[in-house]
Amino acid sequence: MALARALAFFLFAVTLAGAAPAPAAAQGVDPHAIVQKFGGKQSFEATEGVIGELAATGDPSVAGALRALGEGELYWRDSDQAVFIVHGRDDPATLLDPITGEPAGTAPQSSLTKVRIKNSIRNAISDALAGLTLRAKDPAVRLNAAETLFSEADAQGIAALDAAIAAETVPAVRQKMEESRAAAVLRSDRPSEEKVEAVKVLQHRGDRAALNVLNSLSASSADPVLHRAAQAGAAAIESTIAFWNQAQNVWYGLSLGSVLLLAAIGLAITFGVMGVINMAHGEMVMLGAYTTFVVQELIRANAPGLFDWSLVIALPLAFLVSGLVGLAVERCIIRFLYGRPLETLLATFGVSLILQQGVRTLFGPTNRQVGNPGWMSGAFDVGLMSVTWNRLWIIVFALVVFAVLLLILNRTPMGLQMRAVTQNRRMAAAMGIRTPWVDALTFALGSGIAGIAGVALSQIDNVSPNLGQGYIIDSFMVVVFGGVGNLWGTLVGAMSLGILNKSLEPYAGAVLGKIVVLVLLILFIQKRPRGLFALKGRFVDA
Amino acid sequence: MKSGRNWLRGGIAALGFAALGATGALAQEGDTIKVGILHSLSGTMAISETTLKDVMLMLIDEQNKKGGLLGKKLEPVVVDPASDWPLFAEKARELISQDKVSVVFGCWTSVSRKSVLPVFKELDSILFYPVQYEGEESERNVFYTGAAPNQQAIPAVDYLMNEGVKRWVLEGTDYVYPRTTNKILEQYLKDKGVPAEDIKINYTPFGFSDWQTEVSAIKDFGSAGKKTAVVSTVNGDANVPFYKELANQGVKATDIPVVAFSVGEEELAGIDTAPLVGHLAAWNYFESVDTPENEAFIKQWHQFIGNDKRVTNDPMEAHYIGFNMWVKAVEKAGTTDPDKVIAALPGIEQPNLTGGVSKMLPNHHITKPVLIGEINADGQFDVVDETDDLVPGDAWSDYLPDSKKLEADWTDPINCGNYNTETKTCGGTQ
Repeated sequence: MALARALAFFLFAVTLAGAAPAPAAAQGVDPHAIVQKFGGKQSFEATEGVIGELAATGDPSVAGALRALGEGELYWRDSDQAVFIVHGRDDPATLLDPITGEPAGTAPQSSLTKVRIKNSIRNAISDALAGLTLRAKDPAVRLNAAETLFSEADAQGIAALDAAIAAETVPAVRQKMEESRAAAVLRSDRPSEEKVEAVKVLQHRGDRAALNVLNSLSASSADPVLHRAAQAGAAAIESTIAFWNQAQNVWYGLSLGSVLLLAAIGLAITFGVMGVINMAHGEMVMLGAYTTFVVQELIRANAPGLFDWSLVIALPLAFLVSGLVGLAVERCIIRFLYGRPLETLLATFGVSLILQQGVRTLFGPTNRQVGNPGWMSGAFDVGLMSVTWNRLWIIVFALVVFAVLLLILNRTPMGLQMRAVTQNRRMAAAMGIRTPWVDALTFALGSGIAGIAGVALSQIDNVSPNLGQGYIIDSFMVVVFGGVGNLWGTLVGAMSLGILNKSLEPYAGAVLGKIVVLVLLILFIQKRPRGLFALKGRFVDA
Repeated sequence: MKSGRNWLRGGIAALGFAALGATGALAQEGDTIKVGILHSLSGTMAISETTLKDVMLMLIDEQNKKGGLLGKKLEPVVVDPASDWPLFAEKARELISQDKVSVVFGCWTSVSRKSVLPVFKELDSILFYPVQYEGEESERNVFYTGAAPNQQAIPAVDYLMNEGVKRWVLEGTDYVYPRTTNKILEQYLKDKGVPAEDIKINYTPFGFSDWQTEVSAIKDFGSAGKKTAVVSTVNGDANVPFYKELANQGVKATDIPVVAFSVGEEELAGIDTAPLVGHLAAWNYFESVDTPENEAFIKQWHQFIGNDKRVTNDPMEAHYIGFNMWVKAVEKAGTTDPDKVIAALPGIEQPNLTGGVSKMLPNHHITKPVLIGEINADGQFDVVDETDDLVPGDAWSDYLPDSKKLEADWTDPINCGNYNTETKTCGGTQ
């Protein structure tokens, strides 16, 4: 790796200095001949050596072959050990020339062998590519190259970076190059004054990668001035990071809170409003997740273009599926058991086992793969905090569901009837409300909401028959803590439990953190048995 | 002729025949050899164990096609302990005393194995245990065909050390296997000169799904200027969200590789592996291993299960080796009597699927090759390193002060699972 890097930079610097337009031709090296050395069974060391040779040509045309190697798309033909790029798994495969990218005939997959790589080879490739693409046309590629060099560049790279900085026009890319140059200076044996300047550049950059470089410098530097500068720089960065860590804990807490809110909000209706201890609530969530899986499978098979919309399509369907199952459960079982909480608990527990085993029989015991659409994958940075898109969308989604539910309960005739039945069943019946049907619809609504929670949870958790079990305890915890029968209580309860849990986790660890939260919750319930916000409900009358 | 009464009579006759058939089956009991299969088919562990039940049925079927064993047919007896640890013990008792099986293949989690141990001792039967485990155990009635820590964890750490890793995160699920393995690994790393501040140990509960804090802690730990790797003993369902979070937060295998001991082909079947390319796993078998034996095994598996998308994995190979060893031992002993088979098993050799010949050792563990694989985009592993020779399984770790002195040897004259080489007595370190 080091060899590859050194050669790449040395030659790159030489070519830059001489401003020779076609280095490969100038040196009389044929990159095509070098690429062919990947053919045949090679040791990893040999493969790395060939990468070094390719990088040493300084010829940008080898970048395609290197990239293909890194992505596992470089193959050699068993018969003559000729090397080709092959995209995809078509059989027979279309062969592409590794340098020009021109089609070079076809061959059956069985006659091709992939060039083996491993992590250290991938590193060597990205080093070599960074050296080759530092002056590419696309600023995004240059930015990427500069970023890679930050952790890799050493003394030999400085000249190449200097030349690239001089020619750079995009300020953001230039900044990255300067930071990478500073990192390279710190790894070289340049004079101390220059290094102290470089420390300042890194301190200004102020992220973990910079801290990484400064830490290894302060550990290795013998020069007291430089040592102090590096330590001061590292300390400054650490205090920034400490601040962002706190922010991050709060963010993670909100994110966990939103998951708890989603899982619990359906229960806030079935348990909170109706007073039914519904142990099958987790399975309603699970059904929603499986609905998402089925929708995605259908989309994959019939209309792959719609994949990014799969979650949107799954939402109403999941609501319907879980809602209908909830309706059936209420009509067939629960309505005979009102006022008998123990029997309800046992009966719904039985339902939960039946649903789990049913799904296991239908879909198999193994986890099902639910893909993340493009807009749900990846992360972006806010300061030093990385915010993942899936978590952000889940927070937004949880709040939207909460708002819609609040609207239904407070602003629709159905919500009015639900509240009426909850608060005084006999009076509501006397006013002409068909209370059994309101019960059924309320239960179906709670279950349906659990179903759409399942769509969201399928994005961050395993879609397996056990999905629901992991959430049922937490859901009850949130509802009881927030105050049975109050939606606002559920919101506040979920968010505060989430933030408390995530603030404890870095210090106490996940296991102990959870225990501490449970103990605190028990103490709280001792003090306020009705939770944060208490409200009268049927269970109070009963 | 075809009156209602005749029909009725026919029905009664049929019933009689059925009853006769049943007693006939009872009478025939002596003509088959029963093989117990004790794997969870429902509950949390069904995800892993159902496949093992299927592979056992396939192996028994195959043996019957070859003419059975000692001139008798093999008959599988499948029970479902439902991922419920005490139920494992009950079902084991049922298999041995009611169904009179000659041998049992089963268990996955260490806790289920611990729960059936007393039953196998009391009723003197044989258990083949196919999963990698924490070691520190050797019982007369149990044969361990999965890896001991020295056949999986230690070689994996050695590989990463060679790749220049200086800082270690030991991330595990909070139960006996990860805790014991991490204790061994921590001692091993310290013996190799890794300072305590370069080792971070963290545990999470079973089924943990919110990995944000843990992954960002790993990123923090990795920014101290030294090459960092994660050794993961995270088990079961928690793996999928763990890897998803790693991918989402942009932790690449080239920066901080994760080497896992419980993630195989079956577990990867539930994830999109493109963002995970380059993360590692250490096993004694990978489906991608290119040998004629493995190719035949995979083909047979696909035919048996009727689905050529189903993957094969390490514990399946362990059952393949264990079953064939048992068959050879029974043939050697000429009987299925447990005592004679237990005595015959040490020294039995069986070609494994990766091109070597595994051997049952006197400590009831077997020799296995250790393979290090990198996850590729197809959900399979590319082997990047393997041990030159088969590694003999070591029941008692050499890296823990207490178990260092212990030796397991079930052949004469020692005949003991925890023989203290210092005091020359049987009975551990007490």
